[in-house]
Amino acid sequence: MRRTDTSAEWVDNAPGSRARTPAWTELWQARELVGFFALRDLTSRYKQAALGAAWVLVQPLATVAAFTLVFDELAGIASQGIPYPLFALTGLVTWTYFSSAVSRASSVLVGDSSLITKVYFPRIAAPVGALLPPVVDLAVSLALVVVFMLHYAVQPSWRLLAVPVWLLLLVLTAGAVALWLSAVNVRYRDVQHAIAPLLQLWLFLSPVAYPSTLLSGWQELAFALNPLTGVIGLGRWSLLGAPWPGWSLAVSTATVALLLIGGVRYFRRAARGFADVI
Amino acid sequence: MDRIELDRVSKRYVLGEQRNAREALGAAARRLLRGEREEIRELWSLRDVSFTVGDGEALGVVGRNGAGKSTILKILAGITEPTLGVSRTRGRVAALLEVGTGFHPELTGRENVYFNGAILGMTRRDIVARFDRIVEFAGTERFLDTPIKRYSTGMQLRLGFAVAAHLEPDVLVVDEILAVGDAEFQRKCIGRIAAAGQEGRTVVFVSHDLETLATICRRSVWLEAGRVRGSGPTADIVRRYLGSGLSAPGAQWTPLRSGPVTVGNVRVLAADGRAGTALLRDEPVRVEVDFSLDEEVRGLVVNVFVTTGRGITVLDLFADRSSLERVGPGRYCAQVTIPPVLNAGDYALGLWMGSAHEKFIDERAAVSFALDGAAPDDAEGLLVLDLPFTVRPLPEHR
Repeated sequence: MRRTDTSAEWVDNAPGSRARTPAWTELWQARELVGFFALRDLTSRYKQAALGAAWVLVQPLATVAAFTLVFDELAGIASQGIPYPLFALTGLVTWTYFSSAVSRASSVLVGDSSLITKVYFPRIAAPVGALLPPVVDLAVSLALVVVFMLHYAVQPSWRLLAVPVWLLLLVLTAGAVALWLSAVNVRYRDVQHAIAPLLQLWLFLSPVAYPSTLLSGWQELAFALNPLTGVIGLGRWSLLGAPWPGWSLAVSTATVALLLIGGVRYFRRAARGFADVI
Repeated sequence: MDRIELDRVSKRYVLGEQRNAREALGAAARRLLRGEREEIRELWSLRDVSFTVGDGEALGVVGRNGAGKSTILKILAGITEPTLGVSRTRGRVAALLEVGTGFHPELTGRENVYFNGAILGMTRRDIVARFDRIVEFAGTERFLDTPIKRYSTGMQLRLGFAVAAHLEPDVLVVDEILAVGDAEFQRKCIGRIAAAGQEGRTVVFVSHDLETLATICRRSVWLEAGRVRGSGPTADIVRRYLGSGLSAPGAQWTPLRSGPVTVGNVRVLAADGRAGTALLRDEPVRVEVDFSLDEEVRGLVVNVFVTTGRGITVLDLFADRSSLERVGPGRYCAQVTIPPVLNAGDYALGLWMGSAHEKFIDERAAVSFALDGAAPDDAEGLLVLDLPFTVRPLPEHR
């Protein structure tokens, strides 16, 4: 009995041959694997944790309490006319998604090196899959945002329709940064040690605990180069009715686009040698 | 119609590449400031390797450690790119270089089957359709919803192999996965690989186990130092490979080095210890292995084995373990005398050295040697023993 496919096409493995498949084709073909990577991460994370997903809420609640004390009570920072705890929480859930997606995605390839040395799959599926589980955490935390909105009687508006756009921009931002870091991490493990301090610094350079409107002129422009400035601004506009982020959103989006295109290219070029250098 | 074509495939590895960013930056700075040229040490793991494998054919690959066997498999599987040349495959390729890649200890058997299947290239539909057969093959039905960290090592291996066994690829590439697991498991694995060949799949099989290789693969390729040294019917290749022992007449003995062990020399001598004399079938033969250790090794294993030209191991001898529980650094000579039990013919002496947890040296054909002189009455068996064998008359039947 013949069960093999005799009509199959030849596939070449030659220097650089994989890089000739367009990135989107490769990702589309690997979509199921992306899902399996996400699922594996999601199911393994809360095994043997009695409180399960409830832990997702502990981190932002604790940080909001600390921020409220320092920035609101002590420093008295203006928060665009929004009650400070709600203002900070919205920034924090955005930030939490970004930081957990970036740190997971950049370590997924080196976490289990036999994935790279013993089997072939489109490498990009691993970091992309790691971007998805934190979306679940984000959805849970958004429920907390809704509770805060009810408490402070903040009325939602038609702007809520922009939430999916905000989400997409957020995931793309995390993906753009993660592709760079994960590819560099395979060669230089320094990334693993650098990522915690890097993210800590990034948190305070992003308008999470304070509004970006505190700055003006060239400072504001430099600030907008940070892709999170636009993302957080868009989130606050859409959910809380904060002022429209305007040109800072445009600058941030352009930064994300450049980072993403460069990241995909760099990742795919580096992926050719992953098995040789890991 | 061919399934695999390798056209002048070469693979270069750069040795001692900078491992962290500090060293890389340091090297870049030295280049810039002092114009120093980094000495790049490179290793050609493969050099101009070309061969084809036809549809439904099973090809064996033999060669010593470091001959490039694993690199060939990795290139066929697409894990790594050749530095030069092209490797082409037609249809779905599945590579079994390890059992249970990506298994997560916290996940259940069921969840791991899905992930492992996906990473090996199965679609969700494939896995759903084959799930029951996979679980039955592994014999772990009762533990499907138990995290696999609670599985025994044997159960994890069985489950991992069961997933791989149901890939149903057009081209199956198998490394020495058979070196793990118990005898029962190994038989099952070999049976499955042989079955893949009978189902018309194309198989490329690397193994040190030359007997199994000969039963599965009709044709083999022999690699040495990254080049194809020979190819043809497996029986011929195995005989030539074993006959090529590292210290064969005219060949230069190169010390084998792995981990803390350096094997300086391996000798097969007549019992009187004189080199260069012919070895006779009816006299004892002395085997000597010179080696040195860089550091203390716990539970050292020194194992020599004698293999016939057809790849069948007839003797498997282990040095007394009680004296090897802790062996300090230094130079040693291991010695064993084989009584005259082997028939005349061509043999290869293999050497295996390791500790309780690690393999250092595994050389199927460290030395080849011949035993001269025919057995009494031209007996054809592998072994010749002087056993009391008489014929006595029975009381006459009345």
